[in-house]
Amino acid sequence: MSALSQKHLIGLKYLQKSDIDLIFQTADNFKDVLQRPIKKVPSLRDITIANLFFEDSTRTRISFELAEKRLSADTINFSASGSSVKKGETLLDTVRNILAMKVDMIVMRHSSSGAPNFIAKHINANILNAGDGTHEHPTQGLLDGYSVREKFGELKGLNYLIIGDIKHSRVAGSDIPLMLKMGAKVKVCGPPTLIPKYIEELGVTYEPNLRKALEWCDVANVLRIQLERMDIKFIPSLREYSLFYGVNKELLDSIPKKITIMHPGPINRGVELNSDVADSKQSIILQQVENGVAIRMAALYLLGGRN
Amino acid sequence: MQPRVILDSKKLNFTITRFCHQLIEQHKDFSKSAIIGVQPRGVMLADRVHKKLSEILDKKDINYGKLDITFYRDDFRIKSKPMIADKTEIEFSLEGKNIILVDDVLYTGRTIRSALDAMLDYGRPDDVELLVLVDRRLHRHLPIQAKYVGKIVDSITTEKVKVEWKETDGADKVWIIEDKD
Repeated sequence: MSALSQKHLIGLKYLQKSDIDLIFQTADNFKDVLQRPIKKVPSLRDITIANLFFEDSTRTRISFELAEKRLSADTINFSASGSSVKKGETLLDTVRNILAMKVDMIVMRHSSSGAPNFIAKHINANILNAGDGTHEHPTQGLLDGYSVREKFGELKGLNYLIIGDIKHSRVAGSDIPLMLKMGAKVKVCGPPTLIPKYIEELGVTYEPNLRKALEWCDVANVLRIQLERMDIKFIPSLREYSLFYGVNKELLDSIPKKITIMHPGPINRGVELNSDVADSKQSIILQQVENGVAIRMAALYLLGGRN
Repeated sequence: MQPRVILDSKKLNFTITRFCHQLIEQHKDFSKSAIIGVQPRGVMLADRVHKKLSEILDKKDINYGKLDITFYRDDFRIKSKPMIADKTEIEFSLEGKNIILVDDVLYTGRTIRSALDAMLDYGRPDDVELLVLVDRRLHRHLPIQAKYVGKIVDSITTEKVKVEWKETDGADKVWIIEDKD
């Protein structure tokens, strides 16, 4: 018997290695459950979970909802559009009102970094961060790590490369602490304007040249260019970005190693990743999505089990 | 209270042999039957029974599975920590089978209730029998009774029955000890 060291899942930087191992191990069990004809267990049948999505999402919301239903939890869905948020209700008031209806756990996505931290300080329910601004996206980090572990057996000693907009990426924000805690080496690659100034303080290295970076790595996680988060021009044009940092088959074929390609989705095909790579055998993009449900079940189960 | 041994290695072997003959009497050649061990501790007993049965019947294909019930427990959120699951390995359909559910100790009956729930997710068996090594008959919370019992023990709640196996604990032994939790 064992438990997580945290009451909430807000960021992977707050977790210990043992927590991550525990989540992976539990996800293995749930993956087995998901292969069965009856893909449901009654673990969370007395628990109500609110999915609060203050920012748009397809994959994460569906994945969380499915994970909750597979665990027999009751769920309510909330999205900011079409709610009283538009009438000027504050975040804390919205959450408090929902909790007044006896909700046990909250899954939350918000465009402001730190919103789940703020909520966690004021309320009693367990909080799962489903992505906050440019801070962290812990379940994405976990499913990335889990998918790589599935492919390579363990993360220790692997060379993990993250390509693209590191500055605005919450996926990088979660992948970096996870990979470092699990003993992998991390390198980032992208235009200097999209790399945080003090990135090397985290224990990762920076390589501006895509070819050199790819030659170094075993796994490359290609991030989406998030134009919606850029209030100024960080790159001259998408065309230029694609020329320098776009991953395509020709480039990968010219490198002797067979690199595993990941992407958190949604893909801008032809910008950061070409279709001939995204749909190839080298990519584990759909496995990432599949593992997402098992990872989220594990996180919900382990947090929900705390009394 | 002094810990006392209620079954030693020799007696345990007799009990397992007895189980096998009782099972053969009921299930004949096991063509429609299956043994399911409850994870984690019931599996140790189920392993032994399955091995012995295969020897006696000289049959290698007796259906044998392991069932994890962690996600079906009713004390989730009552215990301070969530339980960690083991692997469920059932490579055959339970539809229409005669199941022999195997666990080491039958106490409150709650584990078996969870196991019955968990099993239904793998198909609808024709019937289910329960085989346990030790039956603590005075403490049942639910109307559950074992068909095959190794030993009946009238213990009090502050005592604990501990089943040890050669594979994991060094020797085959069943103890009654004081429950410190």
